Parts: sequence; C-alpha cells; structure tokens
Amino acid sequence: MHESLIDRRAILRGAAYGGAALGLSGLFPAWAQSGSAGIPPALPTLSGEDINLTIGHSSFAVAGRSGHAITINGTLPAPLIRLREGQNVRIAVTNTLDEDTSIHWHGLILPFRMDGVPGVSFPGIRPRETFTYEFPIRQSGTYWYHSHSGLQEQQGHYGPLVIDPAGADPVGYDREHVVVLSDWSFLHPHQIIAKLRQQAGYFNRRRPTLAGRLSGDPEHQMSAADREVFAQMRMDPTDILDVNGTTYTYLINGHGPEENWTGLFRPGERVRLRIINASAMSIFNVRIPGLPMSVVGADGQNVRPVTVDEFQISVAETYDVVVQPTGDQVYTIVAEAMDRSGMGRATLAPRLGMSAAVPPLRQRPLLGMRDMGMGGMDHGAMPRTDHGSTQAAPPVAGSMAGMDHSAGQAAAPANGGMAGMSHNMRDQANAPGVRLGPGVDMIAPMPQDRTGDPGLGLENVGHKVLTYRDLIALTPFPDRRAPTRTIELHLTGNMERFMWSFDGVRQSEGAEPIRMARNERVRLRLVNDSMMAHPIHLHGHFFEIVNGHAGAQPLKHTVNVLPGGFVRLDLTADAPGDWAFHCHLLYHMHAGMMRVVSIRPLEGEAA
Amino acid sequence: MKRLLILLLAASASMPALAQHQGHTMPMPSARPAPPAARAARPATRRAAPARQRRPARATSAPAARRAAPPPATPVDPHAGHVMPATPATAADPHAGHNMGTAQPAADPHAGHNMGASAEAPDPAAGPPPAAALTGPAYAADTAFPAERMDEARAIFRSEHGRIRTFSVLVDLLEARIQNGRDGYAWDAQAWYGGAINRLWIKTEGEGTLGERPERAEVQALWSRALDPWFNLQAGVRYDFRPDPQRGYLVVGIEGLAPYWFEVDGALFLSDRGDVSARFEGEYDLRITRRLILQPRLELDLALQNDRATGVGSGLSSAEAGLRLRYEIVPEFAPYVGVQYGRAFGNTADFRRAAGEDVGGWSLLLGVRTWF
Repeated sequence: MHESLIDRRAILRGAAYGGAALGLSGLFPAWAQSGSAGIPPALPTLSGEDINLTIGHSSFAVAGRSGHAITINGTLPAPLIRLREGQNVRIAVTNTLDEDTSIHWHGLILPFRMDGVPGVSFPGIRPRETFTYEFPIRQSGTYWYHSHSGLQEQQGHYGPLVIDPAGADPVGYDREHVVVLSDWSFLHPHQIIAKLRQQAGYFNRRRPTLAGRLSGDPEHQMSAADREVFAQMRMDPTDILDVNGTTYTYLINGHGPEENWTGLFRPGERVRLRIINASAMSIFNVRIPGLPMSVVGADGQNVRPVTVDEFQISVAETYDVVVQPTGDQVYTIVAEAMDRSGMGRATLAPRLGMSAAVPPLRQRPLLGMRDMGMGGMDHGAMPRTDHGSTQAAPPVAGSMAGMDHSAGQAAAPANGGMAGMSHNMRDQANAPGVRLGPGVDMIAPMPQDRTGDPGLGLENVGHKVLTYRDLIALTPFPDRRAPTRTIELHLTGNMERFMWSFDGVRQSEGAEPIRMARNERVRLRLVNDSMMAHPIHLHGHFFEIVNGHAGAQPLKHTVNVLPGGFVRLDLTADAPGDWAFHCHLLYHMHAGMMRVVSIRPLEGEAA
Repeated sequence: MKRLLILLLAASASMPALAQHQGHTMPMPSARPAPPAARAARPATRRAAPARQRRPARATSAPAARRAAPPPATPVDPHAGHVMPATPATAADPHAGHNMGTAQPAADPHAGHNMGASAEAPDPAAGPPPAAALTGPAYAADTAFPAERMDEARAIFRSEHGRIRTFSVLVDLLEARIQNGRDGYAWDAQAWYGGAINRLWIKTEGEGTLGERPERAEVQALWSRALDPWFNLQAGVRYDFRPDPQRGYLVVGIEGLAPYWFEVDGALFLSDRGDVSARFEGEYDLRITRRLILQPRLELDLALQNDRATGVGSGLSSAEAGLRLRYEIVPEFAPYVGVQYGRAFGNTADFRRAAGEDVGGWSLLLGVRTWF
C-alpha cells in the first residue's frame, strides 16, 4: 500500500537514526536513511497494486549547501518501489512542475504505451496532469525508474525499483540493501550543457601539462608515439568523463561522501547489495576493500555467481552482489568515478557510528591506442597503456573461434603489430553506413571485441575485476534461434564540438527508426567510433551480450561499449511498438545519440 | 597558408553579402526552473479517472518468441563455455550466493545451460528488415493516444535529442600595452549563438592609445557553418568604425582547430572601395600547469593594394607576434602578462613614417582573458 510521506517520517523518527541529521531525514526515503538496517519486509516502501507518485520541486542539501532539485514524492532518490512478479500495478504519476515530465521504468518488460518516453511511447505528462501507468509485472530483479523529459534526471528525478520473484529467490541472502549511485551538481543542467559546448574539456581539470611531464608524474607519462597521435588527432587522452568531480558530488543513496550512508549487517550474514547506477554521466568503479563480492545479478537478471574484488558499472546498469562479512568489522563501499575525479562513499558496518579507512583516489588513467580503435596496438612502453593483462587473460572457450573480423574490418592481430594498420582515423571504408560529417571526428580503424576488458583504468589494479565475459546467465534466454540479420550501428561523436549521434546522424535531424519484424532474431553490432565509453540502452527488451558463452549469454538492458571497441548483441524483437534506444549518458542523449526501434506488426495486427 | 587563401578566394565568389542567420530560432531566456518551490501544499494525488488512462490491450501476453524455441541440445561437456574465475573463492564454491535449497535453476547449476553444444553463431548478413517490419502504423503510440498530442510530443522529442542552442562570449584579449612612446590598449573578442553546425558569430577587435579614442575598431557579423569536425566556414560583413574614413567589407574566412591543437583563423576582406585584404591569426595554448598557460600568438595582415586614407599598404602590411602567460583563477577568468613585437612593413610602414608614427616595436602586455 502507498504510505504517505508523513507516515514514513513518523516511522523514521522512531527508527534507529538519531542526532543532528534528524532534520534532514525527511529528505530521504526510508530505505536510503543512513544507518539503514536494510529492507526488512516491515519497512515501508511503495508496494501493492496502487501506487501514487508526485513529481515536484524540492530543495536538496549535500555537503552543507542546498540547491534546487526535481524529486518524486519529495525525496532524492525517489521512494523504493517494491513489487512482486506476477502482480499488476497501477502507478498514478502527478506532475506539479510547470513543465512536462515522465517516468520511464528502466529495464521493465511492459506494453510500449507504458514505457514512459514522451514522443515515442506516450505524450508525456503535462503540468498539473496525472497519468496512470498500468502494467503486469513479468520479471524480477533490481531496476530503477527515472524521468525521460529534458534533463530532469540530472536534478534528482530517479529512484530504485525492486521486484521479488514469484517463487523462491535463487539468490540466498539474509539481508539486503539498495545502493543507488548518482551524481549531483549545483550547476543547472542547462549550464552544464552550455559549458560543454563552449569548451568541451571544461570539467577536465587534469589535462596533460608540461610540468607534469617534466616532473615524471606518472599521471602525465605517455609514450612519444601516443602523444604524437593524440595531438595530431586533436584528442585529449585525459578526456574520460565529460562531466566529473569538478562539479559533481557523488551520492550513494542521496548521501555525499562526508555524510557516509551506512548499511548495517550482523557478522556472518549474507548481505545482498542491489547496486544501481542512476547517475546522469558517471561511470563508477565499485569495490569494498577487504570484502570480495559475489556478483549474482546483472541488470536485474540472475547470473552464475562470480566472485570479484571490483567492477565497473556504467550509467543505468545494475549489479546485484552478495557479500559475507564475517567479523565485527567495518567496510567502506567505494564508488570511484572512472576518471578518478571523485568518489561516492558509504559504509557497511555492524553498528552505527563506525567508519573504515577511505582509500585515496587512485591514479588517473590515460586513454590509449585501443581506445582509439587501433586494436591491440599499444605503442607505449609505459605501464599505463599496457593492456597486456587483458590479453593474457584465459581465453574464453568459443569466444576466439566465434570472433568475426569480417564485414570489411581488418582483423586485429592478436598481439599487436603494425602490419596493415591504417592511420586514417576517418576512413569512410571502415564505416560505409556512417554519415561522415562535422559530427564524426573519428572512425575506429580496427575496433575490437572488448567484452573481456574490465574497463578503463582497471587493467592492472592487481585484483579480480569483473568483465562482461564473466557473466553467464543462470537461466538461459529461451529463444535459441540463431540471429538472421545483422544490424550494425556506429556510436559516433565529435568531442570538440560536443556532438553525439548514431551513424553520424542525430535524432533531431529526422533519423529513421531502426525497423525490426516482430519476433525477428537480430544481431546488433555496436561499434564505438569515439574515445568515450557509451552505455547503450534499449527499452522494453533484454538483449544477450555475445560474450563467448553461447547458450547462456547474459541478458542485459544496457551495455557499456568501450572506446574503440565493439559489442555484439543478440536480440529477439518480441515487444511490438516503438522503443527508445539511446546512449544513457544524459548529455550524449540530449545531444542526439538517440534512435527509435520500431517493431511491427503491433499486437492484434495480422503478422 | 597558401592553400587556405586559395580556398578562401574560391569560396568568396559564392558568398552571400550579408551575414546570414538561417534556420535559427532566436535566443530565448535560458529556461531556468522555478526556485525551490514551496512544497507546503502537496496536492492530493489525483488518481480518480485520469483522462487518458488505458489498459494494456493484452496485459499478460508473454512474447510469443520466448516460448517458441524450447531449449534443445544435450550437454556435451558440462563445463565448456564457463569461465573459471581466477579468484579461488568462486572456484572453490561456485554456488556461493545462491540459495541451493530451492527448486530454482540454481539447484542444478548446469540445468538449462547448453554446454558447448551450440557454438556461437557467426554474424549473419546485414540487410533490409523483413516486409512485416514495414507494416502497421508509422507511430505505434498514435494507436493509443490522440495523434495531435503525439505530434506535439514528437516535435519536443526531436528537439530535445540533438537540437541544442547555446551561446558563448569570449574576450580573448583585453590588455594594456606598455611601450616606447605612448602606451596603448587593445581588445579582441568574439561571441556566438547557435547549434553545433550553424552559428551567428560576432567578432570585434581594435586598439588605441591610452586615454584616447581607438585608432582602429572593427566589428564583424558572420554566419558560421561547420565544414568538418574542426573547421568552420564564416561569411558576413565587417565594419571599421575607426580609422576615418570608415569602411565596410564583405568577409569570408575559415576558423578552426588544426592538428596539434593550433587555433587558426584566416579571412579575406573585400572593402566597399573594391580593395582586397586578408588576415591570418594563429594561437596555441601550452599548458604548463593546470592553471598556468603560455600562449604564443601570431597575426598577419595583408593587402593587395594601397589604401592611403586608412594607411594600409600593399603586400604584408603588418604583423604581430605575442607571447602571453595567463593564470586561470577559474577557467572563465585569467589575468595575463606578455610581450609582443608588432610592426608595419612595406608601404604601410612608409605611410606611418610619413605620418610621423612609429613603425613598430616591443610592448609589455597586461590584461585579462575571460569567457562565459
């Protein structure tokens, strides 16, 4: 049942949360209160068949400063919505803003008209209007919900959504916490986009410098060959996140690093962490020093447990991990921005008021030749650009044999080497379908399958880092047909002008939808022709990542395509309608990296 | 440089006379959200009969395909296709994290896995979508919502995904010039408004003697269009308010970022007297530390003929080479010091000597660079 905010506040005040922060407590939903004991069934969340949400203006305070936020039911993040597989839900969303709004249910399988993308699936929710979403719940797992209107998501319009399975949960755990990672700025999103257009590297305050180079600072050391190629191409090897810790305060459950959100456990318990990256622009490296994590779910779908010490989580992805702290010890949850410009920090503790050491930010990584799509061609003798460890990783059965280097792409020599390497970084022959205009500053000459890479800066961290090749579906996707058609799409952009697109065409330029027949089995081949990672999200579906585990490929709704790399996805187009398909970096999407996937015939039509 | 000039000459023939401003919507005041609104009066949630509430037509329909293909195949090698993670913990207990007591798939970790039986399918050929994909309505949502409202929403959808309009104002130089004889001042600024491809540019530059009216002051209004990822074609008009007599010009130029991060700007001018002149500017930011930046800068002015009235002679008329060291207190505001050598050449120098003016020399520069 829906609980009013008043009720929740009252309960919170009676709950285990004391001291000076009490005044702030009303700003957080119950599950995100610091010192949360987890999500026992008794704790109020929004659940049941009827749920009411109100979108409005709020003020949000972090690190002693307060700013304007757009929130759902007055909290940032929004309330946890907890549902059960097999139920129906009606969610009435009331807009008290003076602008249109919307809610998209990220990762949910539902009829297209309930998907919540204005202009694609429905008209949007006008000011002072209420729209009621109604759909059956046909899945379980960890998901989230957020605005798909303008740049509201950056301002706090997001929250977690957890669905319990109809039967027993294959993941065994004694306690669970929802961990929502996000990024908060006191700059208005329109100011952020203006800065990016005025000076694309505005938020990057750690560009290579002469002094850094001369002083031997390892953050500034590149091989001469790398330096030459980057300068020649007008590319910045430190341009890793467009918007970063220069303006962002990284939040965990709405708490800044100093506020130290704390989740409680009893030693020996198996604690399930439902980690959601709800940020606008931030890719995080997540680790809990001293505590290995067993990854049991990715994007809400169960995977065979794999134990890691760290994983990179791109925007809009979710990972479920189980940890088992055995002693009476406290742990720090570190969510470090990929470019090391800041971190989100939280604590897992047996009691309130404890905190563990917070590790310092690690050395800022540098982009290298692989990120330029030059295959394994690292010129450098520098350890920073040495991706050797990923190549030395045990080959996944089947993945090498199945690797297809055809389709006009030069095969990347397994161990590098200059043979056959074209230095033409904008060769139309490498991407015949791309409109090679001002919006495309590079075409990867030799993109590689990078599903075995842990992500930028995690190649040599000295412990096990998750890669997409570690993910194996617990329950394979039932459609085992081989795909019958390849759809290749290039992720394109111009870093200097801050333009982003698919195949060189922005959505605003009247891009044609990507058309699929209902129940068609297609292979999507996404080639990243830029030097930034892009989390690509398809609405209303799960796709399988072709990662070497044929027959048990993991299901995901969002795939992080590494710079200069490609991924292949198998997709059953089983949900008729129009669906948004886009980069989930908010400002990339806003700049045009968006498409509509159109699946016909619709329900009720003759096939 | 020569190639650039040839290109400019070629392009100038076809350039419009006036700065164009095509396809632009004019700037609207940047849409700021309302201030943190009083949330005191929380509207009661109106759930009763929203106008457009609709039930999904087939609420519980599971996608057909998901039932179409039952998992086939007999496991050949139960472990093929699995990565055994290096971490001993997992290898030791592959079931960690799973509740083994249930009848869920985890009870048999290999159940449902097609181990090694199916090799990864190779990429099938690309091709057009099947005919069925082209059936049905153009917009699925129009079957569920009023088409007029969807049309409005689609217009917003398009514009919110790629049509960004922003502006920029950059005062690149604003400086005092301390030199032999009388000290001077100078400015060089530019502003633009528009999207990624088309922009309206305004440029202004000038100089003078401290305490006096400028000796040289010009304003350009240009339409700018992206030619490639880094360069823009710019065309429009220039008007020189100083010196006397005032002159108007047509302008065509190319501005952009050259390989190795050189900012360059070359322009051709055709005056209202029919005189042709050209200007080239280049600069480079050498980042010494995060905040300290050394900027070498070169400007060359050329003319095809003499214009005695304005004191410009044919050939290379004047050149300035400067070195400015700025400190970015914030990226938007940086004071600088610098030195510059500037002089007139050829007939221009003769005109100046005849007028009793300096031909050129060194200056010490103190100024600020700012943008917003």
